[in-house]
Amino acid sequence: MSSNVQPPSVLSVRGISKRFGDIQANRDISLSLNAGEVLALLGENGAGKTTLMSILFGHYVADAGSIEVNGRPLPPGSPSAAIDAGIGMVHQHFTLADNLSVLDNVVLGTERLWSPFQRRRQARDRLSALADRFGLNVDPDARVGNLSVGERQRVELLKVLYRDARILILDEPTAVLTPQEAEALFQTLTEMVSNGLSVIFISHKLNEVMAIAQRIAVLRHGAVVGEYNRADTSRTELATAMVGREVASPTRTQMDAGEPVLELKSVSLRHNNSRLLHATLKVGQHEVLGIAGVSGNGQTALADLVSGLCVPESGELVVLGRPAGGHTPAHMVAAGVGRIPEDRHTAGVVHEMTVSENLVLESYRQPEFSRFGWLRVRPILEHARTLMERYDVRGAGPDTRTSSLSGGNMQKLILARVLSRRPPLVLACQPTRGLDVGATAYVHQQILETRNQGSGILLISEDLDELLTLSDRIMVIYQGELSPAIPTEQADRARLGLLMSGQRTTGPSSGRDHAA
Amino acid sequence: MRLEPRTEATFWLRAMAPILAVIVALALCGFLILWAGAPLLEAYAALARGALGSRFALSETLTRATPLIFTGLAVAVAFRAKLWNIGGEGQLYAGALAATWVGTGAIDLPAYLMIPAIFSAAALAGGLLLLLPTLLKIRLKVDEVVTTLLLNFVVLLFVNYLLFGPWKDPLSMGWPQAAPIVDSGLLPNLVDRTRLHFGLLAGLVASVAVWIVMRFTHWGFEIRAVGLNTPAAVFAGIPVNATVVRTALLSGGLAACAGVTEVCGTKGYLTLDISPGFGYTGIAVAMLAGLHPLGVVVSAVFVAAIYNGADSMSRAVGISNYLADVMTAVALLAVLVSSLLVQYRIRRG
Repeated sequence: MSSNVQPPSVLSVRGISKRFGDIQANRDISLSLNAGEVLALLGENGAGKTTLMSILFGHYVADAGSIEVNGRPLPPGSPSAAIDAGIGMVHQHFTLADNLSVLDNVVLGTERLWSPFQRRRQARDRLSALADRFGLNVDPDARVGNLSVGERQRVELLKVLYRDARILILDEPTAVLTPQEAEALFQTLTEMVSNGLSVIFISHKLNEVMAIAQRIAVLRHGAVVGEYNRADTSRTELATAMVGREVASPTRTQMDAGEPVLELKSVSLRHNNSRLLHATLKVGQHEVLGIAGVSGNGQTALADLVSGLCVPESGELVVLGRPAGGHTPAHMVAAGVGRIPEDRHTAGVVHEMTVSENLVLESYRQPEFSRFGWLRVRPILEHARTLMERYDVRGAGPDTRTSSLSGGNMQKLILARVLSRRPPLVLACQPTRGLDVGATAYVHQQILETRNQGSGILLISEDLDELLTLSDRIMVIYQGELSPAIPTEQADRARLGLLMSGQRTTGPSSGRDHAA
Repeated sequence: MRLEPRTEATFWLRAMAPILAVIVALALCGFLILWAGAPLLEAYAALARGALGSRFALSETLTRATPLIFTGLAVAVAFRAKLWNIGGEGQLYAGALAATWVGTGAIDLPAYLMIPAIFSAAALAGGLLLLLPTLLKIRLKVDEVVTTLLLNFVVLLFVNYLLFGPWKDPLSMGWPQAAPIVDSGLLPNLVDRTRLHFGLLAGLVASVAVWIVMRFTHWGFEIRAVGLNTPAAVFAGIPVNATVVRTALLSGGLAACAGVTEVCGTKGYLTLDISPGFGYTGIAVAMLAGLHPLGVVVSAVFVAAIYNGADSMSRAVGISNYLADVMTAVALLAVLVSSLLVQYRIRRG
């Protein structure tokens, strides 16, 4: 960056505004992207990042503003025009056909519909040339369904490169990757920009943005609130710009674990395409046990087991000192297990029911809320008012449909339902996924308070920062097997990352004894 | 053009949408009337007269609405729990069979006991009939749309067998009909010199009762939770299978009551044609009402009015009374579209 010559701008966005109903998703956004740079778009969920990129890629038409690529205006509302102009997009959720090979997926849509011959050989050569050049190694004949998440992302990148994209847009690309896979991605991106490509990197993670971007644009409430050069800024400055105020992260005080509230003794099971193999763990009172791992490595089976949705095929599950056999969700609730589900939309709440009804979803049969099969409407409403105030659920009344709540408030509603019953054991699955910084801090603080009051907490998360902040001990789950527990003081991202990708550290391991 | 969710829908918008939809539907059907070569205003005037224009017309419409209230409620309850009960017709006939069995000599009690006994026996029969496909759904994941639909034909053929065979009334001069219901089992008339009977009141009470159950009891809470989000209900520990079974018993029982109102009220004896498809029309009635138990009463009267009115329209201006089916269908589509427009607004770009 020492040269004085301004690098040419390949993409410029001027005055983009977009409104959805009452929500101003984008407000007069102007940005420019230079050739050979990574521009990070940093912002919380709902700041308008994805909307802006969807406008750029022609999924939406902006209410106002214009886009130019290489000095030529880009016609609005046409993804094919965007592709022709050299824009390629890698979505947060992959858009691959699982039943086709890598080569098929890459070629898909680039061949003419009525062409009698498929130019497979050229395609294969071109693919391997691209793969070599950017270090994106994938077997072109592998079925995408059998690939790991990191490999799938490489296929997505290859797909975009195959279409001669010069401008790449990556929407939260690291959300599903291990730290090592993310590192590999960053190397690929560096390779790309040194080849003259330009990258827009969308993220809400500060350390990634600081690691990869040359320039950083921060979005808040749909508007650009600042543009920074990486060299001249700091994480704190970016965080403050992103949230609009300073956010204090909660601190965990050292406590001694008490009586065990949850024990798994060599539990194996298979449920919903997820499995556990000889899982052994112990959660004590005053303790947060974190489970790290890339999604799809058995977290679902573990969570469903403790939720009561499935039973061990072998091994033993002990909840609050009592062996649990044939348990159902209702039993688990009655036994005092508070469960924060992974997906609050499908498992956590019933969208079309009211806030007050969702708050008693697990307890409507308790005598305080029911009498002879009749719901006691007034106590249910009163209960809702109390909890909404205590857990700061905003933007709704007890009679409001739950679907109108924001993600953060919905999660607060679930926290209220679960934690207000003072459960001695809490299962928290991905408790802050999709939440903004403020709501995340609130959830973290509630989890730590619950721990301080004596509950044991099993925290399953893919967010290493979250695990390192909240957990007393961390175990890593890989293909259904749990690593030995690591005290958080001895855990670091590199070590956890290795375990997450399946590499075992040498040395004594208590959790592996059963796996013979 | 794309749909965009409305952040809030006002009460007036919600209330006016179905009314406007019905007006739009009638306007659309106007084209069909014109196409058939009939004068539009005269046709609609005849329809209105035939549906509501006189004491007789009104009483006929309400008589026809009575079974539709029950079959509509049956569908509303079942669909709320995402139990796709298409078997209202079969359950109606099962109820009619039970009513005939109890009401033609199995027992004889004073009317104030006899009528509840008939309703209970019928509801039991209808509920049990729906129980079979429901258990298949729960245990073996057999699609209940298919099983309930096909059971309709099984039941109807069984009725056929009984009416041509063992149950045939020797005094019926060869017609396939069962013996008449004993006097104590007949539903009393509500208005002199009309066919309007006690069944209408029973239907109104049933719809209020269903509304109360859905709104204020465990069972209703469970039915709504299971129907709106089954995974969340499972996760919360709601007994999903028990809820679906209860829903089936309730839904089948309600549909069966329509059989009682026809056998013991409108006709007085069981024939093969007590229902011109009330079970199927109940689906349209429930959907028009947005599955709301109280709305079912309104939409049942509306649909009955269309059918009755179309008969007299057909006589007055000489076009087919099949137009009633078209009108109900178009009204249903219009109401569905309007409910979409209440939730979303259309935007360009």
